[in-house]
Amino acid sequence: MSNTLKDEIVGRGNNDGARMFREWFEELNGCSERGEQAAYVFVMGSFNEVLKSFDFPVVFPEINSLQTAVRRVANEYLEEAEDYGYSPDICGYVKADIATQLRGGQHPMGQIPKPALTVLTNACNTYIKWAEAWERMYQMPVVTLDVPGTRQLGGQTWRGDRDFENDRNYVEMQIRELIRTCEEVSGKKFDIDRLREVMGHANGISSGWKRLLELNANRPSVFNALTDGTIYLGVANGFRGEEAGARYFADLVEEMEYKVEHGIGTITEEEYRLVFVGVPCYPIFRRFNELFSEWNGTFVHSTYLWFASGGSNRGFQYDLSDPIASLAEGTLVSVRDAMDSMFHHDSVVESMLEEYQVDGIVYHPIKSCRTVSTGLADGRRALSERQDIASLFIESDMMDRRVVSEAQLKNRADAFFEGLASRRKQAAIQS
Amino acid sequence: MAYAAGVDVGSTQTKAVIIDEERNIIARSLLDTGANVVQAAEKAFKEAVESKGILEEEVEWVIGTGYGRYRVTFGNDQVTEISCHGRGASHLFPQTRTVVDMGGQDTKAIRVSPGGQIEDFCMNDKCAAGTGRFLGAASAALDIPLDDLGDTALQSDKGVRISTTCTVFAESEVLAWLGKGKKVHDILWGVHESIATRSLGLMRRVGLEDEITFTGGVSRNVAMVKALEDALGHKLNVSDDCHYMGALGAALFAMDHILASRTAAGTEEVSP
Repeated sequence: MSNTLKDEIVGRGNNDGARMFREWFEELNGCSERGEQAAYVFVMGSFNEVLKSFDFPVVFPEINSLQTAVRRVANEYLEEAEDYGYSPDICGYVKADIATQLRGGQHPMGQIPKPALTVLTNACNTYIKWAEAWERMYQMPVVTLDVPGTRQLGGQTWRGDRDFENDRNYVEMQIRELIRTCEEVSGKKFDIDRLREVMGHANGISSGWKRLLELNANRPSVFNALTDGTIYLGVANGFRGEEAGARYFADLVEEMEYKVEHGIGTITEEEYRLVFVGVPCYPIFRRFNELFSEWNGTFVHSTYLWFASGGSNRGFQYDLSDPIASLAEGTLVSVRDAMDSMFHHDSVVESMLEEYQVDGIVYHPIKSCRTVSTGLADGRRALSERQDIASLFIESDMMDRRVVSEAQLKNRADAFFEGLASRRKQAAIQS
Repeated sequence: MAYAAGVDVGSTQTKAVIIDEERNIIARSLLDTGANVVQAAEKAFKEAVESKGILEEEVEWVIGTGYGRYRVTFGNDQVTEISCHGRGASHLFPQTRTVVDMGGQDTKAIRVSPGGQIEDFCMNDKCAAGTGRFLGAASAALDIPLDDLGDTALQSDKGVRISTTCTVFAESEVLAWLGKGKKVHDILWGVHESIATRSLGLMRRVGLEDEITFTGGVSRNVAMVKALEDALGHKLNVSDDCHYMGALGAALFAMDHILASRTAAGTEEVSP
């Protein structure tokens, strides 16, 4: 193996991702300084494809909020929102954003522009209340797209099915409304060829994202789904529909295939392969992972990489010959999948166990997101009745350090690994 | 004859247990942890060995457990108290399938396999409701020594209902009941019932299975035993050594290591 080639490729995705993030926020900062406004969107159904075809700068408030936690200033923002009247029980992402807005867009990564419009789906109930807050602050248009979810567990429908086609038409009509709103807000005429171009780049990201996740089934796993995966996720969301995003994922897949070929893993010894269920603990992001890596445990998969990518894990490829209808189909398939992987996580995780050679599951319910956390205990119990797999249930938060007790987390993680070791020893004795 | 030791550094008290090769407890010690955790661990160990005239060098392997396990600086290894309570309970009561460990700042429910392996566990969240600290707050509010709480509570024939789940607010609620003229023993029984209810919830989360062994410092409280038994509808396994269960489990793991090291391979590691 050429060391020079290895040095060039291994770690490139993390470095490029961090650089692209900085550049993205520098651009947003520039927009704000020039008094330009942005489109505010969310990760589960961003409609970046439509917005970027109108050249809107795009702001993901969820990403802004988690960045305050990673940069260890979230509590300043949370407390400011609480002083304003928000309850400690309300979503930490919402509160950090409200404080950002109260500060006129001041954020540790730069100045965030104000919204010209907001686009959201029903994938998270809080999105709706969150957008209402901005509506009151800025009196700008809010477009809420209602994406029908799976009617019942296992009841997914696909192209050609009558229910599916009805749902697709319903979403398509809403996308056409969104396009009209974008025309009004931007003052630009809709250009379907530009939409095709953007959707082509989105296809590159979706196929890359799907391939990336598949590659981690290898042993050793080639990226940590909790830490590295979150960087890749940020690029997948923020750069969806951009040529730079598609190129990034082509490079990232090349890096991971190289690592597979040369047996380059994420940690020296991969003793325990884990799946993470929930939203990461951003206030102690690196330390949280160390609680597991110290025991040679690594996260080979995460439901977060499914639902927070808006279902890009399906790798849906748009038909560019009929872009709006295909965008509706892709939205329906992907956003529905995102919701399913939040609410039917037991089935999602079960599908990973064998392929990813999973030793244990880590459930991480969080105080400030009931949407993701409700049902984790039931799902865990249901899965444990079907599969003999060890699991850990630990609670903290995605934003609020006041409810993150590192000592308690460590105690539980240590006991989990002691149990895994004991389980492995027993299996060896019995075999 | 080789000896093994377990030192359990808890939030309130530190316990040490020495066992022999037959896994019999031959010495134990108990002291308040205080602010100097390292010193507490050392002192507990010394007191245990000295009580039986054993030389420290005769104790071949020492395992630290409890929240201060990494401060047992003279120890050879650390194991969580979750594994240790499971192991200790299965040793003293071999039919144990569920362990409820109630200590100073946390309460744990642990489900163990027939061999004593941990199958599942859960603990109270980041507050002390339903733990020994809750009793401490009641003790302070009512000005009754902690050791007398159980006997006093058992005099009750009609407990009051303590509705708060917050240890700090519980003190206010206790005072409010006093202000309403309720008897001290009725208030205290209400406190015990409240803790039992929360603990039962934890046990249900891991899947309640017979037999159930009650461990930790609060297992010495007779009213707590009764409140839990009333809530469960049947008897618990309890003994004087339940207070030492974490240290006992640690000592058992330490003895596993000593005996495994004597095997031909001699490389087997401690594995709870």
